[in-house]
Amino acid sequence: MPPLARSETAVSIMAPTLVGVALLLFWEIACRAGNVPVFLLPKPTDIAAKLASDWPTLLGALGMTLRVAVQAFAASIILGTLIAFLFVQSRLIEKSLFPYAVLLQVTPIVAIAPLIVIFVKNTQAALTVCATVVAIFPIISNTTLGLRSVDPGLINLFRMNRAGRLQTLLRLRIPSALPYFFGGLRISSGLALIGAVVGEFVAGTGGRSSGLAYEILQSGFQLDIPRMFAALFLITLAGVGLFVIMVALSRLALGEWHESEVGTET
Amino acid sequence: MGQAGEATVLALTEPRAVAAETAPAVEVLSAEKVFPNGTRALAPIALTIAQGEFVTLIGPSGCGKSTLLKLMANLIEPSDGRLLWWRAGYGDVVSKGRQLGFVFQDPTLMPWARVETNVRLPLDLAGTPKAAAGARVSAALARVGLSAFARHYPRQLSGGMKMRASIARSLVIDPDLLLMDEPFGALDEFTRNRLDDDLVNLTFERKLTTVFVTHSIYEAVFLSSRVIVMASVPGRIFATLSIDEPQPRAENFRNSARFAEYCRTLSGLLAKASVA
Repeated sequence: MPPLARSETAVSIMAPTLVGVALLLFWEIACRAGNVPVFLLPKPTDIAAKLASDWPTLLGALGMTLRVAVQAFAASIILGTLIAFLFVQSRLIEKSLFPYAVLLQVTPIVAIAPLIVIFVKNTQAALTVCATVVAIFPIISNTTLGLRSVDPGLINLFRMNRAGRLQTLLRLRIPSALPYFFGGLRISSGLALIGAVVGEFVAGTGGRSSGLAYEILQSGFQLDIPRMFAALFLITLAGVGLFVIMVALSRLALGEWHESEVGTET
Repeated sequence: MGQAGEATVLALTEPRAVAAETAPAVEVLSAEKVFPNGTRALAPIALTIAQGEFVTLIGPSGCGKSTLLKLMANLIEPSDGRLLWWRAGYGDVVSKGRQLGFVFQDPTLMPWARVETNVRLPLDLAGTPKAAAGARVSAALARVGLSAFARHYPRQLSGGMKMRASIARSLVIDPDLLLMDEPFGALDEFTRNRLDDDLVNLTFERKLTTVFVTHSIYEAVFLSSRVIVMASVPGRIFATLSIDEPQPRAENFRNSARFAEYCRTLSGLLAKASVA
């Protein structure tokens, strides 16, 4: 890596870290100076202390929320990709079904979550369904777009070389769709987490295990504001983590050839 | 045919196919093309491409030269009339193992695949065994001077190198007929001339029958044994110009007085074709 690139990487890590530290310091100092009560706005140190003391419960809740989010994300990828493949089979299929995919997308999950909870007995399964409904749309629309965005010249080339349907799919359509698919993944991973949290807010948690949304609700009832912040912090952390994993995956798959990952070196 | 250095103009006529022992590579038998929207891209065309000929199609935009080339590639079908390849239908081209190579206007490389994978594609699609395919890919890359770039991705290549890769891909199947649709149109003149020089040697070495579409008068004169001048609305053959110069063309042919004379004749024909 050339020195310039290395220093650029360093800057892109250092700069936001410094901003974060500065903000936390300002928060801490302002709270101390203004004597802000903990139930109104806790200091970062209060939150950190809470995080440490309630760690086992919070970690369990994080695990539960993540499990729902990851299950929903996986379901979105599998179902969304299958639906996209179905859509590209014919324009008629897409025209007939796409409006319903949009319908699913525009209906607020908050509005249909109670219904899903009634229909699906197992709470965790119900939450997974909620999150899947939220997360599946970007996968469907991006993958469909990708599978259709094939260089017409390459299609002619494949046809001239008498490529079969399967060959064209594997060697042409799927690679062409990958950049779009990964774009969909990034959006969808975040949405799956949002769906898991929102679903739990609405549906509540039955049974023994509860997620982070439930922790936030409970902390609110008990006016345990630092705990609320701690749970919020963990949700954010999970979201960032998912995003970073998606970026890394996308780089792994497209890094060597696609403009979005290659940067401006050429 | 006229003396060397003199343009033989056979306006609106079809030169009789040279009495050769082999069947003509392509015969266009009053094939015409009307697109579904009613555009008449080609009036009935009669054209014979003899084995080993280098024929260039040239003409104003919209004269149907690309359409005619695509007919010869069987990428589109004629609305009326028909085409024969080596005196047989396209189905026989396939069953007799004849290969058509096509070079597009753009390099049309798969951006996710390395140069060698791109070049190997026609062999992979045909199910050629790996070892044999590898040898042919190396040979094709060597022929276009890209051996050192086999492991590169297309984005790492210059425009001219991408086009070379595209040509290597069309050569890897050892085509019996090479169809090229304005392959160097997007390149600068210097690169274009170099590629033209290489193409001349390539096609000569392999006695490759080639049909080439271009907008460039110089390119047409330099490369071809015969230039077909087309006119538009509807697309039709306007004139034929034989370039009676020995093949392979030497690089300095471009600087000769005969070259200038051919160019003058061809540009006169094109001027007439564009108002015809």
